Amino acid sequence: MSGLTKSSIARKVVMALSGLFLVFFLLQHFIINITSVIAPDTFNEWSHFMGYNGLVQYILQPVLIAGVIVHFAMGIALEIKNNKARAIKYKQYKGSANASWMSRNMIITGLVVLAFLGLHLYDFWIHEITYKYIEVSPEDPTRYLEETVHKFEPFARTIIYVISFVLLSLHLWHGFASSFQTMGVNNKYSAGIQTFTKIYAIVIPLGFIFIALYHHFNPITH
Amino acid sequence: MKLNLKIWRQKDAKTKGELVDYTLKGIEGDMSFLEMLDVLNEQLINKGEEPVQFDHDCREGICGACSLQINGEPHGPDRLVTTCQLHMRKFNDGDTIVIEPFRATAFPVITDLVVDRSAFDRIQQAGGYISVNTSGNTVDANAIPINKHDADEAMDAATCIGCGACVAACKNASAMLFTSAKVSQFALLPQGRVEAVDRVQNMVRQMDLEGFGNCTNTGACEVECPKGISLKNIARMNREYLSASVKG
Repeated sequence: MSGLTKSSIARKVVMALSGLFLVFFLLQHFIINITSVIAPDTFNEWSHFMGYNGLVQYILQPVLIAGVIVHFAMGIALEIKNNKARAIKYKQYKGSANASWMSRNMIITGLVVLAFLGLHLYDFWIHEITYKYIEVSPEDPTRYLEETVHKFEPFARTIIYVISFVLLSLHLWHGFASSFQTMGVNNKYSAGIQTFTKIYAIVIPLGFIFIALYHHFNPITH
Repeated sequence: MKLNLKIWRQKDAKTKGELVDYTLKGIEGDMSFLEMLDVLNEQLINKGEEPVQFDHDCREGICGACSLQINGEPHGPDRLVTTCQLHMRKFNDGDTIVIEPFRATAFPVITDLVVDRSAFDRIQQAGGYISVNTSGNTVDANAIPINKHDADEAMDAATCIGCGACVAACKNASAMLFTSAKVSQFALLPQGRVEAVDRVQNMVRQMDLEGFGNCTNTGACEVECPKGISLKNIARMNREYLSASVKG
């Protein structure tokens, strides 16, 4: 196992595994969020569960944060190494001739998604931490839907969410199937994995966009 | 055919290089790309100028000596050919052609369009061999039954000529397609299993030490490879590596 931490393949595998974990998390996040449109009471119930369940709060949440940090830190480390691998650049480089834009610009789409994550954490996570641990407000299982819908009232924030999900789609378009190749899966199932990746990369971000737009155009008024 | 050439000229490894413009007339479509450069060099020599230096040997696509980044692509715009097999009919009269050396930190420029690709030799030396009894009792390789599919895939991997187009095409200057082909050609055969654990670990370690970048699965290497080496080999190398890491 010596030298494994410095190995290019081991680092790739870490990127792939953390990426697959985040892909799975995204699906779970989407399933909960879509209830805010189709079943508001369920949304409140599930959100409350996620916010106060010990397993979610103290085990799964730290694992998720670690997954994001590992994926981001390793991505940056690999990007730096890759830049050094061609210190003198080509005068003319035709990247589009042999590889998709998505595969060549994972760092750009990834950094946009990361920046979005900053806004997203500010919007919801910091708010929750403040509510629960700083203001020490009482438990209110009915507050989540209204708080969420309220966030999407500003047009600018909604547009930022929409654009971020488009970039997330582009990131998933290459990253999801790519992680299987890294894990050594390139066989008769690969075409199916590619198709599933494309469906996932369109459906999930489009679903999130729909939710953001739905709440923007259907504000809760008292 | 009249061509405007922009060619990377660099006196030696320490000197800074630059693209130099040349205009070349009378080029025929049936000429190979290297023959076109021969014509240019003849003219330069006749004028008393230093000819453009470039690597070449067999000129029939099997030695892996010729390189060149042509209009932003290794071995030019054609597929499944080396630069020596690229014909000038792929270009049009009046075209501007940018010719640069393969760029990678692990492939330093020696002069003009010539790069040092000995990093590939060192990766090969790290594990690209098998142990065979050559004391007079050598067993004929054909005496060992091998699944046809495995034999075909091993042969496909072995067609890699080590030209470096995979590195040149990759946005990360990664050598994983080359290394994986050299791992795969043995990994699929019984003779290669003996040293399989050490081979993949040693070759990947050497690849990393040489300063090649990391594969991000863009697939550019597979598209530009003159021998059509498949990305399947990289997946196989990753499997071999993970399995070897667990075994020790």
